[in-house]
Amino acid sequence: MQKKLILDSDLLDITISRLCQQLIENHNDFSETVLLGMQPRGIFLAEIIHERLQKETKKSIPLGYLDTTFYRDDFRRRQTPIKANETRIPFIIEGKKVVLVDDVLFTGRTIRAAMDAMIAFGRPATVELLVLIDRKYNREIPVAADYVGKAVNTLPTQRVLVELEAQGHKQNKIWLINKD
Amino acid sequence: MSKLSQKHLLGIKDITREDIELIFETADNFKDVINRPIKKVPSLRDVTIANVFFENSTRTRLSFELAQKRLSADTINFAASTSSVKKGETLLDTVNNILAMKVDMIVMRHASVGAPHFLAKHIKANIVNAGDGTHEHPTQALLDAFSIREKLGTVTGKKIAIIGDILHSRVALSNIFALQKLGAKVMVCGPPTLLPKFIGQLGIEVEFDVRKALQWCDVANVLRIQLERQHIKYFPSLREYSLYYGINKKMLDSLKKQIVIMHPGPINRGVELSSDAADSQHSIILDQVENGVAVRMAVLYLLAGAKG
Repeated sequence: MQKKLILDSDLLDITISRLCQQLIENHNDFSETVLLGMQPRGIFLAEIIHERLQKETKKSIPLGYLDTTFYRDDFRRRQTPIKANETRIPFIIEGKKVVLVDDVLFTGRTIRAAMDAMIAFGRPATVELLVLIDRKYNREIPVAADYVGKAVNTLPTQRVLVELEAQGHKQNKIWLINKD
Repeated sequence: MSKLSQKHLLGIKDITREDIELIFETADNFKDVINRPIKKVPSLRDVTIANVFFENSTRTRLSFELAQKRLSADTINFAASTSSVKKGETLLDTVNNILAMKVDMIVMRHASVGAPHFLAKHIKANIVNAGDGTHEHPTQALLDAFSIREKLGTVTGKKIAIIGDILHSRVALSNIFALQKLGAKVMVCGPPTLLPKFIGQLGIEVEFDVRKALQWCDVANVLRIQLERQHIKYFPSLREYSLYYGINKKMLDSLKKQIVIMHPGPINRGVELSSDAADSQHSIILDQVENGVAVRMAVLYLLAGAKG
């Protein structure tokens, strides 16, 4: 198994700062904006971005968690069903500008399911997608991210591993892994 | 990743503690779903489920049907009273005819013990037992345990008394299995004529005095007197039963402790449970009904998804 480092701790920090600045540029005072972290792994990134944005803007920004398990299109096509995670959206998303946050954008199918899941809570004014790693040329449906931390060329057989301190890892590191 | 050990849900006896916990964790998420503005998920949109009820039911059938609809499954309903069963068709023929119409799952209630187990040997579709005679009613036990877990935080180590007509109750047996698997202490209480002779051999306590049972337990699951199954007299009169075994609010208040009152419904108000007790703050009877939908969604979801 070969591992290649895509982002180290310092670079990740700069990347996240840039993503926050881009969000601030487009969302002014965040009065109409809500963040939705995607379960299970996008929530850690969402929490980091949420904290930084609140610090920068001195505003309280709603943050929720969205689980897509029951909306996936591969149910009954897998050997076993995927275990669901908590969805927690303790605010109204109707008419709001929603920013979906996930760690890796790959086939785009999770995002499709996320949009289905999100609509069950109301009709947002706009929906944007922020991802840390965009795996180019692997899309199976027409989905594109509005904010991209780093775009990477990957093969479908490879895997992107995101290790964040918030998930209990020693250092923030993002790897590209070759499966043999 | 997360799969039940069984292809069917025939009884609690056949499933493991891990299965029960997986169902509960999944049901937690479905409980959230059914409290959203849009109470529906598309998971089972390519699944067709037949609800085959050879015995009457309100709650269970509605609850299953609602669970199926919330999961976007297609459903067909079948009641024996309006069907060709009256013309003498066998159980297997009836079910095979339903399956020939491309049905994926069967939810069945039957008056005969073991009817779903018999079907499971002969057909491929997933089967959920919605009550077989006086044997098991697994989804009721799951939703009862789920409601206890929700109210008290855990089932493990809690004391649960099942009070009433144990002899004719499928809820009692399924509850005993489920609660024991989850590490609770179980007691049954009722008049000796309504307790099965060897019930103590299941490793549970047996008590004839309802006051002592209430004093002992954290949760009292009160069962209905099933007059329709009682072909001989098991007690002199309903009035006498209610005087000796009926639970009312005065009794509960005199206990001077927190107690949770459950009932699988339908309640015979004034017989096993008085109205003031059923509607008191001790009662979680309506929570049980709400949880029933979430738990049944979890069972259907996990069984349907396990096909691969």
